[in-house]
Amino acid sequence: MKDALVNFVDISKSYDGQLILDELNLYIRENEFLTLLGPSGCGKTTTLRILGGFEKPDKGHVFFEGKDITELPPNKRNLNTVFQKYALFTHMTIAENIAFGLKIKGKTKSYIDDKIKYALKLVNLDGYEHRMPDSLSGGQQQRIAIARAIVNEPKLLLLDEPLGALDLKLRQDMQYELIRLKNELGITFIYVTHDQEEALTMSDTIVVMNQGYIQQIGSPEKIYNEPENAFVADFIGDSNIIGATMIRDNLVEILGARFACVDTGFGENKPVDVVIRPEDVMLVEEGKGTIDGVVTHLIFKGVHYEMEVMANGFEWLVHSTKMHEVGSKVGISVDPFNIQIMNKPASEDEEAAKLDE
Amino acid sequence: MNKKLLSAPFLFWSALFIIIPLCMVFYYGLTDQTGAFTLENIKAIATPEHSKALWEAIKLSVISTVICFFLAYPLAMILTGMSTSKNSLIVLIFILPMWMNFLLRTMAWQTLLEKTGVINGILSALHLPALKIINTPSAIVLGMVYNFLPFMVLPIYNVLVKIDPNVVNAARDLGANSVQTFLKITLPLSVPGIISGITMVFVPALTTFVISKILGGSKVLLIGNVIEQEFTQTGNWHLGSGLSIVLMLFIIFNMVISAVTDKDGEANAL
Repeated sequence: MKDALVNFVDISKSYDGQLILDELNLYIRENEFLTLLGPSGCGKTTTLRILGGFEKPDKGHVFFEGKDITELPPNKRNLNTVFQKYALFTHMTIAENIAFGLKIKGKTKSYIDDKIKYALKLVNLDGYEHRMPDSLSGGQQQRIAIARAIVNEPKLLLLDEPLGALDLKLRQDMQYELIRLKNELGITFIYVTHDQEEALTMSDTIVVMNQGYIQQIGSPEKIYNEPENAFVADFIGDSNIIGATMIRDNLVEILGARFACVDTGFGENKPVDVVIRPEDVMLVEEGKGTIDGVVTHLIFKGVHYEMEVMANGFEWLVHSTKMHEVGSKVGISVDPFNIQIMNKPASEDEEAAKLDE
Repeated sequence: MNKKLLSAPFLFWSALFIIIPLCMVFYYGLTDQTGAFTLENIKAIATPEHSKALWEAIKLSVISTVICFFLAYPLAMILTGMSTSKNSLIVLIFILPMWMNFLLRTMAWQTLLEKTGVINGILSALHLPALKIINTPSAIVLGMVYNFLPFMVLPIYNVLVKIDPNVVNAARDLGANSVQTFLKITLPLSVPGIISGITMVFVPALTTFVISKILGGSKVLLIGNVIEQEFTQTGNWHLGSGLSIVLMLFIIFNMVISAVTDKDGEANAL
């Protein structure tokens, strides 16, 4: 952990007796695009606010570049935040907004003017210096908020659901903007969102959180393809999560039928959860798959068809470019590589506690 | 059509009790006893006794407004920082006196401050020198501040609660300490509330004659008292109306200035 830019050590925080974070430990490497992902109330925003200095943890310490910054006020931290709903200063022009941090630091006028020009160019809003924030669209205001933060050349940029208030198209454009900015500036981004697609698109590392605990840390591919538990599998994308029994290494019994798989080390005849992504369920001719079923729902989604197939008492979610009419009988087959086996948690609490270790 | 119908009672009300009286004030103010047009009643403000009363009223109401502001702003900030469940009690304590009659409250102060009043009674029991505050400008200022303070607190509180806490956080995040954040962010953003509060304190303070009459005795004469005397004692409605017009123009002039300063017009919404 020598190269860690930020290090959270045993952070606990509760509001009104409700535990939000429970002994959270997390380190963030320099130059990383790290996303804290989870449903609302999972503690992701609180984690960010503790790092920004707007909340004090009840217990634990935050280290930044090796120094303990737990007690440091926000204005003494070498990082900047892009807030939800932009938080621009509505009584100032765009130029004054961007110049705010630099003026406080006592930079010269020519330096500030250069920086404003540079920052507006970076976010593709040249010529907006004298506009007022209210006259800008949501996407433009968000880019100004980013410009206002990055002119201060922080080591670390915190983004608290910055795209939450934007419509879908704009959000997708802004995602590419953010990746571009990150690469151009070479600063570490910590991004908070509940939108799994956003997280998968932009991040180097995703931290999935739930109920104040970290559920899984990993690259987007790893999180999507190899979720460690049912929560992660369910939260990231669509999935079929089915209770199953691990017969022995490389063989799992799902809904009474035996499927070949590639996982080992779960023991013999152990109850497990399996995750099969809908796009990995292959529909074949009746009798040619591992199990047979009947198509019960069919929806056209544009890129693919979404179908539900009733087979062995379970409604399988299937994405396929090939259409099967409702009522048609099909066989289900899954590539062994696409069956992800997960330990079965005895209870929800245990699930959370176990993963925090 | 329906909406127009709904506004009928109000239109009737304002015609009967605002527009017509206003026209009468202008009629009396711009005529003499014989009914002939004259500006004498307006010009009368220039006479020493009248201009002194106006000046005195301006002075005391400005002082009261300033005191109200410095009492109200910190209070509004404290209320803003509290959770609703905690601050509602404080707001209640604060608003409670407003539920009592304005005259009654002012007379209560008279009883408290009198030479033989409650406060002096306690002071003399403690062998302390008596307070000689009744019938002085200080007593009037005290009465004005006491009566009008809520009108300063509420509009300021209203704008402060509307400021997104993240805007303040953003300023801190960008390196501003708490004093800089207050001066550059919180204070400028609360200007509409401040203007509204100043208007709501300054205007009634300037025109009051009750507070000055009860707490100032006949020693301190404000423009409000002069106008009242013209109507009730001297019976010169023409002069009273003339002076009223001057006072009204002065207030309108001030309102226009504050409206120009407050470009967003937010203060008017409060």
